[in-house]
Amino acid sequence: MATPMLRWCCPGRRWIFAGIGGGSRHGRGVPTGSTSSGKRGQSSVAQQPLITAQKPRKGEREWAAVVGLEIHAQIASNSKLFSGSQVDFAAPPNSLVSFFDASLPGTLPVLNRRCVEAAVMTGLALDCHINRKSLFDRKHYFYADLPAGYQITQQRLPIAVNGSLAYSVCVGQRWSQMVTRTVGVKQIQLEQDSGKSLHDNLRSQTLIDLNRAGVGLLEVVLEPDMSCGEEAAAAIRELQLILQALGTSQANMAEGQLRVDANISVHHPGEPLGVRTEVKNLNSARFLAKAIDYEIQRQISELENGGKILNETRSFDYKLGCTVPMRDKEGKQDYRFMPEPNLPPLLLYDSGSLPTGADPQQVIDIDQLREQLPELPRVTREKLVRQYGMRPEHSFALLNEVGLLEFFQNVMKETRAEPKKVTSWVLNTFLGFLKQQNLAVSESPVTPSALAELLDLLDRKAISSSAAKQVTDVKKGNPRAINKLIGLVRRATLGRADPTVIKEVLERQLSS
Amino acid sequence: MLGRTLREVSAALKQGQVTPTELCQRCLSLIKKTKFLNAYITVSEEVALKQAEESEKRYKKGLSLGDLDGIPVAVKDNFSTAGIETTCASNMLKGYVPPYNATVVQKLLDQGALLMGKTNLDEFAMGSGSTDGIFGPVKNPWSYSKQYREKRKQKSHGENEDSDWLITGGSSGGSAAAVSAFTCFAALGSDTGGSTRNPAAHCGVVGLKPSYGLVSRHGLIPLVNSMDVPGTLTRCVDDAATVLGILAGHDPKDSTTIQDPVKPFTLPSLTDVSKLCIGIPKEYLTPALSSEVRSLWSKAANLFESEGAKVIEVSLPHTSYSIVCYHVLCTSEVASNMARFDGLEYGHRCDTDVSTEAMYAATRREGFNDVVRERILSGNFFLLKENYENYFVKAQKVRRLIARDFVNVFNSGVDVLLTPTTLSEAVPHTEFIREDNRTRSAQNDIFTQAVNMAGLPAVSVPMALSSQGLPIGLQFIGRAFCDQQLLTVAKWFEKRVQFPVIQLQELMDDCSSIFENEKLASVSLK
Repeated sequence: MATPMLRWCCPGRRWIFAGIGGGSRHGRGVPTGSTSSGKRGQSSVAQQPLITAQKPRKGEREWAAVVGLEIHAQIASNSKLFSGSQVDFAAPPNSLVSFFDASLPGTLPVLNRRCVEAAVMTGLALDCHINRKSLFDRKHYFYADLPAGYQITQQRLPIAVNGSLAYSVCVGQRWSQMVTRTVGVKQIQLEQDSGKSLHDNLRSQTLIDLNRAGVGLLEVVLEPDMSCGEEAAAAIRELQLILQALGTSQANMAEGQLRVDANISVHHPGEPLGVRTEVKNLNSARFLAKAIDYEIQRQISELENGGKILNETRSFDYKLGCTVPMRDKEGKQDYRFMPEPNLPPLLLYDSGSLPTGADPQQVIDIDQLREQLPELPRVTREKLVRQYGMRPEHSFALLNEVGLLEFFQNVMKETRAEPKKVTSWVLNTFLGFLKQQNLAVSESPVTPSALAELLDLLDRKAISSSAAKQVTDVKKGNPRAINKLIGLVRRATLGRADPTVIKEVLERQLSS
Repeated sequence: MLGRTLREVSAALKQGQVTPTELCQRCLSLIKKTKFLNAYITVSEEVALKQAEESEKRYKKGLSLGDLDGIPVAVKDNFSTAGIETTCASNMLKGYVPPYNATVVQKLLDQGALLMGKTNLDEFAMGSGSTDGIFGPVKNPWSYSKQYREKRKQKSHGENEDSDWLITGGSSGGSAAAVSAFTCFAALGSDTGGSTRNPAAHCGVVGLKPSYGLVSRHGLIPLVNSMDVPGTLTRCVDDAATVLGILAGHDPKDSTTIQDPVKPFTLPSLTDVSKLCIGIPKEYLTPALSSEVRSLWSKAANLFESEGAKVIEVSLPHTSYSIVCYHVLCTSEVASNMARFDGLEYGHRCDTDVSTEAMYAATRREGFNDVVRERILSGNFFLLKENYENYFVKAQKVRRLIARDFVNVFNSGVDVLLTPTTLSEAVPHTEFIREDNRTRSAQNDIFTQAVNMAGLPAVSVPMALSSQGLPIGLQFIGRAFCDQQLLTVAKWFEKRVQFPVIQLQELMDDCSSIFENEKLASVSLK
């Protein structure tokens, strides 16, 4: 089977673990061969960090790249940040628009408690300092899908600051050479999403859909602590998992629930930072990595050829695989920030400062939210490694697919097979088949119990490994696989069993 | 009947002396007869008659909703009214019919009030004359009063009386005129820098600006969100208290309203003012103050003192910075609030379709008058990154100092402040328009806008007629959320001064039946 990972990890780059291309199902495949061999094969392609991979030629100095990220994550909430309108990605255009969302004069924002809780939980999960008092501001610009002419955001005093996000990348020849890196979280702020403009060039019309207008966003600003596309992609993937574990955002990049802008500059180590460009609207981790690496190379070549880097906004053309300047008609915008006068300061409390007799509906207790935090992906992976002696990269792979960890754990509950064996089967055979069939874990025809039973049979040496794989083939709906099984049974019975009877028995067994 | 106060007519309705429909029809008829005042932009005749019918049914069943059931009221045309055009006297919102009621409008309707119509104002409430709206200026009913006419005759013979009509003040001039001319018993105004108190003073009615946060702004088309407060225009202080009792309270749709529940209240009749401390801010004694207003102001102070109250001079040291600070903050918020009028979702849209930007520009040029556009430009200038610190942030700091001035004075034991509301009585329109809107606003908001910056309650109570026969009002300023105490003092004052009732018989000689058995001059202001 092809190794789809290769498609998004070009030669000359370091490896990152499965699932970093979280945006597309096809990009997430894990090779069907045994884990170790598959990975070994791939890891031979890539080694060096991107920047130093550019071996300086004689007389040339080294370049260092600096990458910072701005992430907009749509908050998973029933209603919008400041209005009671429902949030639904797939609703018909303009069907979820309140008077406030359409900015009818006289309407006022009313802060959604759930969105505040989501911001606090995300802040806590990213080790942020939660500001006991935060403020809302108006950011002004004219755009057709921004009905009020301003966006309510938290420019001066955001809800959370000074956090950190740990993520892992592989640095060496082998998968096991993973390092954990940390990127600073500058701030998390609550803000409104805009509507959507649909440009109909044929009729030279712009159609506006305000369903998204006013949906709550978490803007997470990551410090420029990264140095290449892979690091950025790995950090984003980790953030995505954290948001999903918290339930604060579905964080699906393809659906625009997680949008990433990257700030990129290059400089010679020891010298001041270079002029940065901003690459906008990156809708998958794979493109994020590609865009950043392309932009770094572009800036280096530009500078080496005596050119200059403009402080500009660029977009990534995923077809051409390069970044291009965005046509910015407005030029440099002055957003004319101003305090939002219709929202009092957002005050948060902890168990020590909670006002006595306060209406629990009106106050948010940070400590209470801290207690409710679910297990974070990092901890889950550590547990897997500790509990099952699993290799770290396998723990990553298990978490990268929605529902896979739960599937694995359910198999573990019912089988006597070794954890290593189960891991290998789940990550390779099982996941490989799902990828092949383009199925999500939840859509799998194979139940955890069935796989557990199969592994037990294997464990008792009742069947061989190849027979077991064919069983899964049949289960996956490959009718021809049963013939192979019939052959196996006939051989086992030295040709004494009637193939029709074997087939009947097998079918009964397999369909049970 | 129309000359009565809200309380009196409410009692008459309860006793069956008059039915809601009769009352409604009388008001509608008077609205038609006083159309030349230009007090109303929209007269919601059908709505009002329907509401009157419903109210009448309730009275017949003995299920009256309360003091406001069957009472004709009017609403300034910057409050959203479901199904009724709400224009802000601007081309931008001409034809705009809101799909919802402002909370204060809804509260009035829930009490059974009859909505007579939407009253005239300066475009988007930006002004102090009610002269700068697209529907033309509002004429002060006192221009046609017996009191004023007689004085005019003595002074200037041969002058064209009709062309020399007086402004109402503003920007809630339509509401003030509507109450003053007996076309309704109470009206909603809005007060951002004095827009309710100023026309109240000029039209001889009671204008209340409640504490910021006491009354919901939801549905009020904003001028300055951090200063706007729905206000009331009524014939007497008791009526102001009645309406405030209905309007006040938390609104989940306005996050700046107070959380604590507010109960309707009745004002006690104060008999003893000896425990009261009245502050006279010395900075309010400006050279621009007319001698008549000044002498009435000191007369009022003497009145309190003679009745045993402690009257002391106090200082609000930052007063002189107030108007310029107000200008910066007001225009900045205006620039922001007006950004939504882009011709896309509602309101005026130009014919240009070259590009979205060209459409915005033309729409806004056609939709807004010069006053609005000037304020938008100034505000955007103050909000520019390079200017923000020097203007907006400084103005905010000054605002805090101004607010602190009041806190200090109240902390020193002062219960209410007594000040003029306006520099002088109402001036003729011809004179008023000699200065531009900005200059006039700066002049006329001088005693009123600091209160908005501090969020305090204030009420203008008519005291007496000037030598020209025109009303002069004085302002009482109270502690934040001590609106009831403020009104109690105002009520005591109102009772003492016995301000005369406007005499409009001559003007409305052909509708004298409306005023029969009213004995207008004897309307008792309790």
